[in-house]
Amino acid sequence: MNTKWEAVIGLEIHAQLSTKSKIFSGAATAYGAEPNTQACVISLGMPGVLPVLNEDAVRKAVIFGTAIEAEIAPYSVFARKNYFYPDLPKGYQISQFELPIVGKGFLDIEVDGETKRVGVTRAHLEEDAGKSLHENFHGSTGIDLNRAGTPLLEIVSEPDMRSAKEAVAYMRKLHDLVRYLEICDGNMQEGSFRCDANVSVRPKGQAEFGTRAEIKNINSFKFVEKAINHEIERQIELIEEGGTVVQETRLYDSVKDETRSMRSKEEANDYRYFPDPDLLPVFISEELKTEIRATLPELPEAKKARFKTDYKLNDESATILTSSRDLANYFENVVKISGCDSVLCANWITGDLSAALNRADLEIIASPINEERFAGLVARIADDTISGKIAKQVFEFLWNGSESADEIIEAKGLKQITDTGAIEAIIDTILAANEKQVEQYRGGNEKMFGFFVGQVMKAMQGKGNPAEINKILKAKLA
Amino acid sequence: MHTKSITELAQGLRTKEFSSVELTQHFLTRIKQHADLNAFVTVTEDIALHAAQRADARIATGTADLLTGIPMAHKDIFCTKDVKTTCGSKMLDNFIAPYNATVVEKLNAVGAVNLGKLNMDEFAMGSSNETSFYGAVKNPWNKNAVAGGSSGGSAAAVAAQLAVCVTGTDTGGSIRQPAAFCGITGIKPTYGRVSRYGMIAYASSLDQGGSMARSAEDAAILLHAMAGFDAKDSTSVDAPVPDYCADLNKPLTGLKIGLPKEFFTADLNADMTATLDAAIEEYKKLGAEVKEVSMPNLKYAIPAYYVIASAECSSNLSRFDGVRFGHRCKNPEDLTDLYTRSRGEGFGKEVKRRILMGTYALSAGYYDAYYLKAQQVRRLISDDFKNALSEVDVIFSPVTPTPAFNIGEKIANPIEMYLADIYTIAINLAGLPAMSIPAGFINGLPVGLQVIGNYFTEAQLLNIAHAYQQVTDWHKQTPSL
Repeated sequence: MNTKWEAVIGLEIHAQLSTKSKIFSGAATAYGAEPNTQACVISLGMPGVLPVLNEDAVRKAVIFGTAIEAEIAPYSVFARKNYFYPDLPKGYQISQFELPIVGKGFLDIEVDGETKRVGVTRAHLEEDAGKSLHENFHGSTGIDLNRAGTPLLEIVSEPDMRSAKEAVAYMRKLHDLVRYLEICDGNMQEGSFRCDANVSVRPKGQAEFGTRAEIKNINSFKFVEKAINHEIERQIELIEEGGTVVQETRLYDSVKDETRSMRSKEEANDYRYFPDPDLLPVFISEELKTEIRATLPELPEAKKARFKTDYKLNDESATILTSSRDLANYFENVVKISGCDSVLCANWITGDLSAALNRADLEIIASPINEERFAGLVARIADDTISGKIAKQVFEFLWNGSESADEIIEAKGLKQITDTGAIEAIIDTILAANEKQVEQYRGGNEKMFGFFVGQVMKAMQGKGNPAEINKILKAKLA
Repeated sequence: MHTKSITELAQGLRTKEFSSVELTQHFLTRIKQHADLNAFVTVTEDIALHAAQRADARIATGTADLLTGIPMAHKDIFCTKDVKTTCGSKMLDNFIAPYNATVVEKLNAVGAVNLGKLNMDEFAMGSSNETSFYGAVKNPWNKNAVAGGSSGGSAAAVAAQLAVCVTGTDTGGSIRQPAAFCGITGIKPTYGRVSRYGMIAYASSLDQGGSMARSAEDAAILLHAMAGFDAKDSTSVDAPVPDYCADLNKPLTGLKIGLPKEFFTADLNADMTATLDAAIEEYKKLGAEVKEVSMPNLKYAIPAYYVIASAECSSNLSRFDGVRFGHRCKNPEDLTDLYTRSRGEGFGKEVKRRILMGTYALSAGYYDAYYLKAQQVRRLISDDFKNALSEVDVIFSPVTPTPAFNIGEKIANPIEMYLADIYTIAINLAGLPAMSIPAGFINGLPVGLQVIGNYFTEAQLLNIAHAYQQVTDWHKQTPSL
């Protein structure tokens, strides 16, 4: 980025709370059902229906607030946000406005080895809208109200982030946290975790914020980074060319990698918020707060400390493995199933597995190799059945197929040769065929040792036990 | 048969003097004979006769309730499964409700016979039943006069004895005013006493269902079946429902009645004053004491009501957008056209007027000056009642400034129409229970007395009304149709 400028970024994250039923009705929340099969008369906004608050949604919001050390409002109020849209059945969304359930809190993020504190302004409960379907309706629009009334927690940050990288770090941290807390499944493809970004730029050193644009509904970490960077560049270019940034809502097009204007401030709705007369204020008791505090699951920081002590992991491995609850669980399961050295397990997970997941842009829960199969691989490395080098080949087969490590090793004949007699015979052949090099070695050229190892390995198709080869070679060349 | 009380009818059904089917047929015939009153939007003849058959079977097993087999009807604001539920609007002229309101469920459960759906002002917005898409209801006492509103069909049906008892709803006087205009007994209970689930919302913080019948006793029996906590309505109150008939005959000795000086002024029509004075004298004879009370903030009730009710209705009626149910305009060009024409065609003038007022009152920059201010006034009015009711047991007042006016007389002047609700509106703002009791006639048109009580004193109000009905016969008068 241009060094004269500084970006100011704040995020609004919508996390879908993983309750069984909707926030104001008993309809199910499961994803992917046939359109309108999970829409009861309340989801449909039928005349005369009334909302009844789902206690579990309130509980999950309080869990979140407790985890970010925020004030939990003793008294919060639901308000109606009024606007017309075909997939908004009542013509208003029940949300919270003046008195949200979760007040000020914070999250610490790490970027380039430095820790930074990002403020959370508030988090409030609200219901999701339905979906408009534009395909397969011959020019008409279909409305699916299965999602209408799904509970959301909207988490609003302070404008504390200064780069797309920081924004992504914050979003990831939040994503990890809600899954740690088991209040949201974090599934971004299904829209369980969505992000709106408020972006502005200002000359470095200036105290006042520039005019911001809001980028709506970005649904992957990659796109958040790209969309924000794109928007920062657009604003800087605009200002440097003598233009001014207008306050507006913009949409990120991931195909064209650009943001474009959706509506300006002038076109913005007046939502006419007012307290919903159908719902009573929500009172959170001290007892509930105490109970939730006491039963809060292990948070990332604590888990990291435990991984370092219990599994003898170094700081880097512990940080990576506790970056998500799913990854931490994966690691702990692999250790348990394989019964192998925890550091070996950690190295293979943070190494080859993480790299492969990154390349495929997959989260650990979507890993093609489950814990059981991965444990099978580590166990064969640990008991010297295969070498590290062969293990990489086995890993590729595991990644692309469905067999176990043992089946792969057996079928492909990848078992490591530790039989000293067999190794000796090959070494003898190699030494006999390379007399000149043997002389050089014996004459003091120690580099030649590597050459012999290489030749032996090649002859054994990589299956020779490296420790044994070294030992026997040393003895023969002595 | 149509002159009997619920208790008498229940007795007749048990002694097999007549069956519920016969009783139901009798009322269905009367409804047809007096169709000119326009009290019903829908008559559910088949459903009623089936329910009557089931009721007769249930009575035969000896497990019947007082209301089993009693022909009654619902205001067309209560959703009735598989039956057209119009709310008096063109918007819902094609709307078949997919579920039953809690009140409807409860009455079905006790085996009451639903004769049909009663005419009303569109979305309960009106005081004369003239805003109904189905036309004005005629007052059985004088067919040129209005029946009142918004529960005009309900009041006319009871007065003309087309149903034994009926449900109504009251947001600013919609049970009490038509009850007064038609000479029947109506009670609006405490806010939260009757479930609002399935009762199409006008102004959610003010709407309350209640019962209407010829006598306090019948109103008590019906209210008892309607009332109670409902998990589907967060604003319904989780408190037991007393037997409203148990206290009906309690003596009124020592009852302290408050008369707000702001209501009994020189402005009140002389005939009305005389009628109410006579009723108050009757109560003194029954042992009550009368005292003047003051409620200085009552004068702000009408503006506060029209801000709050309009604001809530502007949001409540947003769901009528032509997308999922109700009226949809023909061949919409685009989404905006679909909205504007569907709503423009589906809603009547008064509804549009209130949606506009409410939208304005909630708009950015006006919210504090209107909505918030109105809520503050509402608190002051509640406090006035609280203070007054700490000095007296109940408050008496007129229900209306005059008896029923003529159809067409006020409809062109909404402000005049709004001002006529002066005596009833404040009670909804405070959420208190109140009744209208027939108290006499002026020029052949009935006049009501309003009795206002403290929260959850429905049993006491019904006792006060019943005591009066033991020494007067205003409630027994019937119009010659």
